[in-house]
Amino acid sequence: MSRISDRLKNKKNFIGFLTAGDPCMDKTKEFVLEMVNAGADLVEIGIPFSDPIAEGEVIQNANVRALNAGANLSKLFDCIVEIRKETDIPLVFLTYANPVFKYGYENFMKKCNEIGIDGLIIPDIPYEEKGEILDVAKKYDVDIISMIAPTSKERIQMIAKDSTGFLYVVSSLGVTGMRSNINTNLEEIVDSIRKVTDTPLCIGFGINNEEQAKHFSEFADGVIVGSAIVKIIEKYGEDSGKHIYEYVEKMKKAVE
Amino acid sequence: MNYGDIKGRFGEYGGRYIPETLMNEIINLEEKYEYYKNDKEFNDELNTLLREYAGRPSLLYYAEKMTKDLGGAKIYIKREDLNHTGSHKINNVLGQVLLAKKLGKKRVIAETGAGQHGVATATAAALLGMECEIFMGETDTIRQALNVYRMELLGAKVHPVKTGTKTLKDAVNEAFKEWTRRIDDTMYVLGSVMGPHPFPTIVRDFQSVISKEARAQILEKEGRLPDVVMACVGGGSNAMGTFYNFIDDENVRLIGCEAAGKGIDTDEHAATMAKGTMGIFHGMKSLFCQNDEGQIAPVYSISAGLDYPGIGPEHAYLKSVGRAEYVSITDDEAVDAFEYIARTEGIICAIESAHAIAEVIKLAPTLDKDKIIVVCLSGRGDKDVAAIARYRGVDLHE
Repeated sequence: MSRISDRLKNKKNFIGFLTAGDPCMDKTKEFVLEMVNAGADLVEIGIPFSDPIAEGEVIQNANVRALNAGANLSKLFDCIVEIRKETDIPLVFLTYANPVFKYGYENFMKKCNEIGIDGLIIPDIPYEEKGEILDVAKKYDVDIISMIAPTSKERIQMIAKDSTGFLYVVSSLGVTGMRSNINTNLEEIVDSIRKVTDTPLCIGFGINNEEQAKHFSEFADGVIVGSAIVKIIEKYGEDSGKHIYEYVEKMKKAVE
Repeated sequence: MNYGDIKGRFGEYGGRYIPETLMNEIINLEEKYEYYKNDKEFNDELNTLLREYAGRPSLLYYAEKMTKDLGGAKIYIKREDLNHTGSHKINNVLGQVLLAKKLGKKRVIAETGAGQHGVATATAAALLGMECEIFMGETDTIRQALNVYRMELLGAKVHPVKTGTKTLKDAVNEAFKEWTRRIDDTMYVLGSVMGPHPFPTIVRDFQSVISKEARAQILEKEGRLPDVVMACVGGGSNAMGTFYNFIDDENVRLIGCEAAGKGIDTDEHAATMAKGTMGIFHGMKSLFCQNDEGQIAPVYSISAGLDYPGIGPEHAYLKSVGRAEYVSITDDEAVDAFEYIARTEGIICAIESAHAIAEVIKLAPTLDKDKIIVVCLSGRGDKDVAAIARYRGVDLHE
């Protein structure tokens, strides 16, 4: 049983996201721990990338800030080691394929295992291309988190059947970013997933307020919030800690 | 030897590395393309457009003055610059926009570097009655301002892309993002032999008309195949189209000419073949200019059309198996070649194409007079005149 599934099962979860190294790597540990202390059930840590093609403006700008501030993998891995001393909640990396490929799939998975990263979300590796990383991910107990989109249709069950960790259900078309209205028929998608797997499923993309969090948690196992947290970091910079705590605390209450 | 592509792979290169949101649409595109590429009605329509509208076949011109001046191999120029809209890009867009229509799409989007693909897409969209939006790096909208205005004249909306390096790579990023926002009525008309499968194959097939004609033309004129076939390479659509029907002719050398900018030993080049390493980006596994951590590198070339940090996967494959060679041409060499062919043959070519001409200038004198070079002139150079003047320190007032 995957550690992620184990921890997210049978409860309503809040998953928070931030881009590592924004505004600087020294602050990443503090911000992650603020989320943990405020009740986050899993934290998704974005590896900064030059060309994040699934991100909207807010997270794209965070990637730029992080890279300009000198973020790199060795600093990030050191930071995760420090975070792991303080918390045992599941941690996953959100990364594009290229940094992982370039580091070497085997080396990267081994490193994740050593520093305590439980899973990877790689938006540009769809189901059909997963083959090249699955064996080595399994070998090092790293879950490859699958995504299901509003356009997935007959692909839903194929993807869901093979899922590990949790399923990332994309709420709407387009890239990440806060949305006031989400019109996809997500209940139908969730029903279809539940028929073939008991992997926990959480909904992300566009979610930013308590009302949305409450609504989606009624039928999903939780929500994923990225841009709204990154927006706080954009606004308050190094002083974001307290604001992140307050935001995550109220969102966690809303999902429960 | 079999150089065919299997399941969207060229050896280990290629593939389909895109977000789940686009997967069904890409699979649909692949299936529909597989159907229409063998559909008589589709091919008749496309061939009529290529002939009656784009002006095909393009000429294979014997460059007698260049040949005599360089004193070596006989030089033939495949004149893609004479096509409607002034470059080879029209071959691909007529095919793709027609395909978009068959798929029931109402709107096409595209990226552009130098603006040639954007102009061609806007042209095909105007002709075939589609809405059209073009993504172009802000830097490129400045250095190719005339092409921006051309696209607007043709009824397209041009979005200057202000993210990242503000050039072709970022234009591709934004076009992909836009496609994930609006899929139902929109087709992404990709301009080069790159991106996720099936784009590298679709674009190559539509561009292969260049080598289909050139092969028949040289056989007719010389009664034999050429010794060398050359073209410039950015993403690689011009070169792939120029090489394709010669790939099985194993005695024909294939040479792609990429942009070395200020030199491949500086930080300012776009020489993916010389300096790139394997990676996964823009939907494909291929070669990319990148750093040790897989961050895509900013690249540079005087040519906005070659200013791209990657290359199509089929080129990476042809290089890996030794079927094609790739050379790097600096800005200085390209500008010299641009001026040389203007003076010698009375042809003002695109600065992209001048990269291939620069290699001809180096190679031809080293070959015997009974050898034959076919070089593709990918486009005409009107768009580049102002930039070349600036490069030479000439102050133009329009």
